[in-house]
Order: sequence, then structure tokens, then C-alpha cells
Amino acid sequence: MIIDAQAIVKHYRLGDTIVRALDGVTFQVAEGEMIAITGPSGSGKSTLMHILGCLDRPDTGRYVLAGEDVSTLSRDRLAQIRNRRIGFVFQTFNLLPRLNALENVELPLLYAGLHDAKDRAAEALVKVSLQDRMYHHPNQLSGGQRQRVAVARALVTDPAMILADEPTGNLDTRTGDEIMALLHALNAAGRTLVLVTHEADIARQCRRQIRLRNGQVTADEPVSATDGDERRIPDFAVGVAVPCCPSPSRTGVLPPAAKSGI
Amino acid sequence: MLFWTTVKIGLQSLWANKTRSFLAMLGVIIGVAAVIAMLAIGTGAKRQVLTRIAAMGTNLLIVTPGQSGSHGVTSGTQQNLVLADALALLETEGVHRLAPVVQGRAQVKYANKNQPTQVTGTTPSYFFIRDYTIAQGRRFSDTEADSMSHVAVIGPVTAENLFGRNDPLGQAIKVKGISFTVVGVTAAKGDQGFFNPDDQVFVPYSTAMKQLFGLTYLREVDVQAVPEANLTKVQEALAAVIRKRHRCELRGGDDDFNVRNQADFVQMATQVTETFTFLLASTASISLLVGGIGIMNIMLVTVTERTREIGVRKAIGATESSILRQFLLESVIISGFGGLLGVVLGTGTALLLPKLTPFTTAVELPAVIVALLFSAAVGVFFGWYPARRAAQLDPVEALRYE
Repeated sequence: MIIDAQAIVKHYRLGDTIVRALDGVTFQVAEGEMIAITGPSGSGKSTLMHILGCLDRPDTGRYVLAGEDVSTLSRDRLAQIRNRRIGFVFQTFNLLPRLNALENVELPLLYAGLHDAKDRAAEALVKVSLQDRMYHHPNQLSGGQRQRVAVARALVTDPAMILADEPTGNLDTRTGDEIMALLHALNAAGRTLVLVTHEADIARQCRRQIRLRNGQVTADEPVSATDGDERRIPDFAVGVAVPCCPSPSRTGVLPPAAKSGI
Repeated sequence: MLFWTTVKIGLQSLWANKTRSFLAMLGVIIGVAAVIAMLAIGTGAKRQVLTRIAAMGTNLLIVTPGQSGSHGVTSGTQQNLVLADALALLETEGVHRLAPVVQGRAQVKYANKNQPTQVTGTTPSYFFIRDYTIAQGRRFSDTEADSMSHVAVIGPVTAENLFGRNDPLGQAIKVKGISFTVVGVTAAKGDQGFFNPDDQVFVPYSTAMKQLFGLTYLREVDVQAVPEANLTKVQEALAAVIRKRHRCELRGGDDDFNVRNQADFVQMATQVTETFTFLLASTASISLLVGGIGIMNIMLVTVTERTREIGVRKAIGATESSILRQFLLESVIISGFGGLLGVVLGTGTALLLPKLTPFTTAVELPAVIVALLFSAAVGVFFGWYPARRAAQLDPVEALRYE
């Protein structure tokens, strides 16, 4: 089990009132699953994503990530967990503008203190089919390419899960489909994926959907094929290489980087 | 590895905002340049004084009135050295030559030329003791020295100022209205900045004391020891004579005079010039502190601008200390680079000053290194607060920042 969320509660103080952003959220995610967390704005899905991503701690309840209880860890320890166990993909890509693609992807490895960072980063870029754009800066890349660099960065530390927040939100439909195809390919090879989205068609591509409303889980069910529109999975995988990932290890120890091509 | 990437990002960040980076550096550049220039002036002064003292020669002893200096300059000279003291010293063992000295400033005139000049009243032995050679004519004699003769030896600069190209020998100059015959001109020794030995008039001590300045007391007694003499012994012997004559023990024990050798002067001069240098440099350092405030300002702006970036870094695993180090490094790069430019500017100024002002300068490597280290320290000190702000940003809020 990758994620074990137990009665997670998070509230914020807004002036005199206390807002219950998360009011007892419980669910589990197994390894290799691809789930969507959906809900309207104000439902608490951003807060849940921050907690799942170890950017914030729950007020009460437990969050066990890949076998480790991270609910009460120190900020430095959480930073380490974010570095090794979690890969973020943001709606606005969040690449550092003054670094090129390779340097952006290598950054988590540098924070981890690894010496073969450049090699591993190059490998990750090959996995997202951007080996020809390694030295380009973000402003020289299209939206879809930037998001692919972000996915490579999320992959580079071989994390336990990829946490994507509206990954196609800033992309046009076609590019959005490309990115979703990439994510599906990663999932097919064994990666655990958690997508936070408010778009129904994106949610329908996942195998399971957790609906949030007012800080509580209102539904946690597999996406059925008999739902209104058909479950649409992009059926082209142009330009997306099928990655071969070794199964992520629980302890965050990275396998040695392969020197030659994949 | 991360270090070099951080350095690279810092440099890129500075280069992308050239104007802003330069303005941030400006305070440090000016501060360091000022410190280097001030230190150069102080060092130049020290070297000048020490060179002059070295020229004194190692077997020169100077007897002066006044309290012994404790740490540096004796303040306020007493008047208690008389000719009889000088005569008594002549008998002391180890004394080779001796000259009583009085000095004053007076208007010296020839034809239509008129200038205030230093007038030294002494004996012919003075020229030997103080290493003045005669270029033209002669020194005055011992007899002339004792008998209030109206003869004078002048320096080459005085000669040129009063006589131009004409021959001064045998001419009459007026010193304080009294007529003197020029009998000799000294050879040039070189301007030493605050004192020019070539712009002087030497007259017999008796004339100076009785007729020119009305003095009963001497300014000093210069003593040249025999070359093989034990200088300390001679120094003590001279002191003993004066002590007895002045009845120092009867009056409480302290000497009311000094006998100093070259090493003593070196020590005094070093202390004075070092204090002087320290004061100059401290004042200049204030501008360096102001420069540091400028850096802190710019770094605060930079941190705010890069809030989003800091959030992303934290999301991918940067710890607080990582972020702290990154921004400290960027401050140190600014201040360090500003320091380098300041050293260049300061050294250039130090080289230019002697050409435009009476100051001499000397730039020494230790001063440069200290200034560079100080500028790096300013970067760390003033960059600390902005770097801490960056490190403590909440990643969730930072990621939301527009």
C-alpha cells in the first residue's frame, strides 16, 4: 500500500472562524493504481493534495506513505520525503526559467546529493522523448514539452508516487492528450499515479475516483464503463516511449543508473 | 555539485538584472575602494617616516626635553635643556660628535624674494651628524658658531627660490631683518613630504639663540656615537649626566628629558602612523556598512520576486538550510565581486593620489586581502536576514504566489 490516509483532519483559522478544510478523510491507494481525486473548488482537494505531497501536515489523523508514518515528521525530514518518495507535476509546470531542461530535471538529484545526477536526468528525459531538447530553456519549449520536462523531473528520483495537480489545465486538448498518454504509459509500467483534477474527462480516464465535498469523501469508487460518456483513453502514443522502470523500492534506495540507452 | 550549480544560478541571476546588481554592488565597491585608498595613505605615510628615521643612522642619539612618552607622542615639551647640558655631554664616553640645536621659522629675504623658511641654529658638527654634504662653499666654523657670526648655509631649494640661477655665495640675505652672508649651499637630500631638508637656512646657534629668536633653551641635542660603541651604554651614560644636572632624583625620580635612539623613533612613529591609518580606515569602513545595507535591500526584493521558485525548490526536496545557503551565496557573490571591483578602483585611486595631492601611498597585499574578506563578511552578515526569510517561506503559500 502506497497511501494510507486515516481520518485526516486539517483546519485553518480565517479571522475568527475556523474553516474545516479536511474533515476526516480516509482511503488507501495500492501500488500501481491510477486514481483521480475530484471535487468542486472549496472541497478540500488542494489541501488534501498538499498533505499527500508532504507539503503540509495533518492536524489530526495519520498519513502513512509507503509504509512510513509521515504525519508528525519534522520539516527537514518532510523535505527529504518530498525529494525521494514524491514526484510533483503542476498545472503551471513550475520549471526554473534560468536552467535548461537537463538542469531542471537534475535539480532533485542535486538536493539528494547524488553525483551522477546528469546521467540520470538525461535518462529521464529520454523516457519522455525529449532527448533532443535537453539543453533548451523552458522559454524555448512548447507547453506540452515543458510539462514533459516536469514529468521527467518528477520521475528522476524514482519516487513511490507521482502527484499531478491539473496536469493538463494549461494545455490545449491535443497536447493534454499527449501528456495523459504519457502518464498512462508510466502507470502501465507500474507507477502509482494520483491525479487531482476538477475535469470530469480527465477523472474518467483513471480507474478509480475519490470525490471530495466540504472536506469529506463522498464517493470512492472505480470508474465504471457504463458511466454516461465512455471512458476515453487517448489511443495514440505518438512520441511517447514506453518507459521501463524497475519497480520502485520502498526504502527510496535508487537503483544504479544505466549508462547506455534504454 | 549543488554548490557549483548554485553559484551558476546566482551568477545568472545577477547577470539577468545587470543594472540592479550593479547598484547593489555600488556601496560595497565604493566602501572597499575607500578603505584601500585610506590604508594606502596611512601605509605611505608610515613608510615615509620610517625611511626618514632609517636615514638617521643607527648611532644617532637625540636628547630632548619633556616627559618620557608612554604610548606614542609626548604631549607638550618642557623647556629645560641648556647649552651647559650640551657641553657636559661632550665629555661622555662613546660620544664622537655632538650638536646643540635650536629651530624657528623666519622670513628670509633677498632682493625682491621673500619666503618663510625654517631656520636651524647649530654647530658645524650638525652637518656631519645629520648627513648634510656641502655642494658649494663651506660650513661655518666652530668659531663662527660660538661667536654670533652672521653667516649662513642654505639648502638648494631655498637657494633656487631666492637666487634663481645666480650664485648665492657671498651674497647677503636678511633673516628676520638681520643680514647674513651666505657661505655655503647643501647638497640635495630630497623632499620628504612633511619636511623638506633642502628648504632650510642653517646659522650659528649663538646667533640664533641671542639675536634671532631670543632663546635660552635648546630644542634638542644631537649626539653621534663612536661607530663601535655599545649604543645602550652611551644612551644610559648621557641620561645619567642630564639626570644629575637636572637633579631629577631629588625632585621625585622621573626624568624630565629623553634620550632616544633610532629604534625608539621607529617605535613611536609606527604607533602614530598606525593609529592614523586605523582612524582613516575606520571612517572608510562606514561606507562599507552602508553598502551592506544596500545588498540586504536588494536581496529582500529578490527573495520576494522568487517566492514561487523557492516554493518549487522546496516541493522537489530543498531543505530550509539549502535555501538559506543558496541566498547567502548569492549575497556573498554580490559583495565579493563588489569587493574585487573596489580593490581595483581603490588601487587605481591610490596610484593616482601622489600625482594630484601631497600624499604618498603604498598598497600592501595584506590590506587588499583584509578588505576582500571584509566585503565577503558584509555579504554574509547583511544577506543573512533575506536568506532566512527565503528559507522560512511556507512551501504551500510560496507555490500559490503570483
